[in-house]
Parts: sequence; C-alpha cells; structure tokens
Amino acid sequence: MAKTVFLPEENLDAWIKAMAAERRVMAPVRDHEAVVYAQVNDASAVELDTQATESPKKAIFPQTETLLSFKRMKTAESPDALDIEIRESIEAEPTVVFGARPCGVRGFAMFDRVYDNKRITDPYYKARRDSTHFVTIGCDKPMNACFCHWVDSGPTDDDGTDVLLVPVEGGYAARAVTDEGKKLLDLAETTTRKGVKAEADAVAKQALEAMSEAPDLSDVPAKIMDAFDDLDFWSEMTAACVSCGACTYLCPTCYCFNITDEAAGLSGKRIRTWDNCMNHNYTQEASGHNPRPTKAHRMRNRVGHKFGYYPDLHDGTILCCGCGRCIARCPNSVDIRRIVMRVKER
Amino acid sequence: MCDCKNPYLPEKATILEVVQETANIKTFRVRLDDEDKMKAFTFEPGQVGQLSVFGAGESTFVINSPPTRMDYLQFSVMEAGEVTRALHGLKAGDKVGVRAPLGNAFPAQQMKGKDIVFVGGGIGMAPLRTLLLYMLDNRDDYGKITVLYGSRSPADFCYQEDLDEWMARDDMELVLTADTGSDDWQHRVGLIPHVLLDMEPTAKNAVAVTCGPPIMIKFTVQALEKLGFAHEDIITTLEKRMKCGVGICGRCNIGTKYVCADGPVFTYAELKELPNEL
Repeated sequence: MAKTVFLPEENLDAWIKAMAAERRVMAPVRDHEAVVYAQVNDASAVELDTQATESPKKAIFPQTETLLSFKRMKTAESPDALDIEIRESIEAEPTVVFGARPCGVRGFAMFDRVYDNKRITDPYYKARRDSTHFVTIGCDKPMNACFCHWVDSGPTDDDGTDVLLVPVEGGYAARAVTDEGKKLLDLAETTTRKGVKAEADAVAKQALEAMSEAPDLSDVPAKIMDAFDDLDFWSEMTAACVSCGACTYLCPTCYCFNITDEAAGLSGKRIRTWDNCMNHNYTQEASGHNPRPTKAHRMRNRVGHKFGYYPDLHDGTILCCGCGRCIARCPNSVDIRRIVMRVKER
Repeated sequence: MCDCKNPYLPEKATILEVVQETANIKTFRVRLDDEDKMKAFTFEPGQVGQLSVFGAGESTFVINSPPTRMDYLQFSVMEAGEVTRALHGLKAGDKVGVRAPLGNAFPAQQMKGKDIVFVGGGIGMAPLRTLLLYMLDNRDDYGKITVLYGSRSPADFCYQEDLDEWMARDDMELVLTADTGSDDWQHRVGLIPHVLLDMEPTAKNAVAVTCGPPIMIKFTVQALEKLGFAHEDIITTLEKRMKCGVGICGRCNIGTKYVCADGPVFTYAELKELPNEL
C-alpha cells in the first residue's frame, strides 16, 4: 500500500491548479441552496465540508448526451427520396473528479457491472470511465441519512478511488490508491508528517463508530420476492411518494436512461437522458398497457432492483452506496432504509 | 477509446416495399444499405430489431421474415404511438435505421422431430410467422405442423398471401378464427382458446408456440395445459417498452430478467418462475 502523506490545507489550491492545467477538474461548488459538481480551475469555490447535493454521476454519465447525429440529404438520382448520414459522437475529456465522497465514487462500480461486461460494452460510458479519475474525501462524521455501512462500504472506503484524502488537523492525510492516483498526488506539494496515518485511521474509526449498527441485508432479495404480490404493503410504503424523481436523479447508482430523437428541419440527433423509474410513463406501452401502473408497482421495482434483482445478478452486491441523498432530498421524507427494513421484518 | 461495437448505432437501411396488412398494420420490407453487412447478416427466428425513424425515435419489432429468406428483413408494425405513426408515414425508398438482431430466439433446433402447434392472435402472428416459415423451409426436420390464427374480425388478418399458400399446403394445417364473423367469412368464429380446445391437438411429443395480446396468451396457456402440454413445452414471446435493447436502460425487466436481452422468448415454465409483472 502506498505511503500516507500530509497535504496541508493551504496547498490544495496549487494542486487543483496543477491538475486543471492538464485536464478537466470537476468539484463540488455552491450554487444557491445546492452544492453541485462543476468545472473548477482552483480551490476558491470548492466546497468540501459537506456532502454535495448531487452525486458525481454526471462526470461519466451526463444528464443528457448525444448518441448520434443525423442529416438528411437529397440525392440527384431521386430528389424526393432523402438519403441520410448518421454520425456517432463518442467524446471523453480527461477528467479528475475532486472532492467526491467515497459513496458517490463507489456508485460507478455499480455502473461498471451493467455498462461494461462480458455481454455488452457501452462505448459512451466506457470512454468517459476510462478517462476519469477520482480524488476522494473520506468522511469524518456521518450525516443523518448516511448508511454506507449497510451496503458493505464505509466512511473512508477507497473502492474506485485513485487518491483518498482523509481530513486531519490542518489538512488531509493523502494516499494514492492506484498508479494514476500516484501521478495525481505527485502534482501536489505534500509533506511527511509523523503519525499522519494513525490520525487518518482514528478519523475513520470515529466516523464509523458514530453510525448505528448495520443490519444484515443478505435475506432481503428473497424477502422482496415474498412481498412481491402484496400490493397493499407497497402502497403503504409509497403513500407519501409524489413520483418527483429527486431520488433517482440524485442517486449515484441509478443508471437507467431514456433515448429520444430531436430533429429540426433536415438534421437532428438521438440523445440519451437520465430517466426516472418512478414516473408513470416509464413503462407505459403504446397499446395502453402498463406493467407498472401505480407508484406502488414502481417503488416495488425500484427497491427490488436495488436490493434484490441487482444483488441476485451480481454476487450479492447491493445497488446502493448508502449516500442518503434520496432520503435527505425527498420532499415527503420517504426513507428507503425504512422500506428495506419493513420488507426484511415483514 | 473503446474499439468495441457501438450497440446504439443503427445500420442505415432502405424500405423496399410497404404492405398494408389491415387498417392499422403495415409490413415493411427493408435491406441494409451496406450490401456486405446485408450479406453477412445472420439471425435466428424470434430475434427482434429496433427500427428507427430518424427524428421520431426507435421501437422494437420482431424480424418476421425467416433467416432462410434473406432478400429482405421484414417487420410488421401496428400504428399505436409516435414511432409507429412515423413508420406508417414511410414509403418504398425511404431510409430507416436498423439495430438487429437483438434478444434470444425460439429454440428451433431443440424443436426438431416434434409436432408443432402455433397459436397466434392479432399482430402476435408476426413472431410465429418467422418460425413457421423457417420450419416450412426445413420441413423434414419437424413433425405435424398445426397453426391456429385468430383475429378480432375477418378484416384484421395479416399476411393474406401467406394464408392462401398455407391453406393450400398439404403438409400443414391452418385454422383461422375471428372473434366475430361476417357474411362471407368461411372460417371459424370464436375465441382462440375455445377453438384450440375444440381442435384438440395432441400434446404428445409436441411443442406449442403462442403469441398475442396478454389476455389471449393467458387463456391460451390455460387451454394448452388442459390439452396436456407441459409448461416447458409452451413457448411464448413477450413485448415490453424498450429503449436500449441490450439489457442496460432498465425498463423491460421482470425481476432479474430483461425481456430485450434475456428474452423475448420464454417458456411458460420460465415465466412461472418470474415475478408477476407482465
């Protein structure tokens, strides 16, 4: 394991500038009430004290992206039949996501199993994934909605991270996790500080101890199937939900999308956008049939996908990183932890 | 950058012919513009494709021509929503996009040597057509072939040319039924499951393949059970709203199974293992 070094707080700005000189740096910055990820060139606007309102998902999986563009052209041979030119647009800019929390970074590990596996590779996702690296900040204290320890993670988990920073007195304990992380950390002016690793370990221990005991969720996939046909139960669990989608859009692991065409005149594009499985249109078929006609059906699928289907397909890994955004940002306080526990104890 | 194939990139194709099947169903015969790709194109009966109308979007349809007849790829489209409306506005010579083949196929090889009972309702005849034609083109590999095809009214039957030919063949049996008949309707009148029970096809060494509206499939499966068909020997093909077609985008799943990638073909035995969310 790479050595843990000390990064004084005052050296952060120079480090971000050095990274920004050679690639896009995305970091949490304040935007009115929210903290969102945006491109930065220095540390001046970067907010590291709190979990960002949105997850870093868009760095690799943008809210909207163009899959291909097309252009119709008249041909001399048959002036009424328009030929068409199709162009794919796969773009990826070398990027560092700076200052995300371990939970948000770990979300991409959930994407990877779906977007890049033996059966299929999504080239748009993969191009960005391969060119994006993470300088992650471990958490020194949990927030109310945090439950990363429920899903086999923790406040200083380095899964998917290139450089892990842990806040300590006067700065950060910094450790390169990957080779790319070592290159990034070489751009920073760090010092050796005796005992800094022990300081970081103490912070990690204290953060974990501040969280209540985690339940064993290994029986939840089977319990979800037991509860499947009990629509009264799912209706009760969904009573407060207004299907707004805040939970899905803010979730680091919600990877579902829509594909639509936009055209004006003779040209247009096919775009991919984040989608929200809690929306009634999501599975609405043109015939009028809808396999998930009520929000109870949709919540059953959302919880089922995260805590049952995905674990069943991927060696028990839960499709949730425990960041708590869906809980903290739900306008009606729907709490996925409560639903999972009600399923478990049903 | 990844040198993998882009699963979202359609092949450009040209419509050769449009057949008006019924008031709201049209059949499109298309060829990929890239002749090398058209020659190299392979698929199995039951696999589907995404048809694009650029500017309107994509929808999933079964390739209903068989792999034994590769002059064109055929898709039948019922006008129901935005993309199908746009498709219905196209004519021979127009360009579409094709992403195919997608999904799994009927187990045509394992069905060799067996009697085959096809039960199709409405546009659900499309996926059966590809398998039936494949079997007719490999006639010696299969036993007795029986086809029951039903529609709401005599005006709602697709594939009229095929029906005339199938009716005339002596190596298969075709029974047509309309929910409600008309004065000049020469065939059966009645709901598909009732007619099926009346026909009494033998379940011994036989496989049934059915597709149609959900309610028709439900009662057809019950009829097939009554006739003694084992759940492994009842095969159907499902439809769901789909986008990516490759098991990622997340809307066509029934529990852990993605209809676009794990299906659309399932045996009734497999369906019974899935949660109840058709």
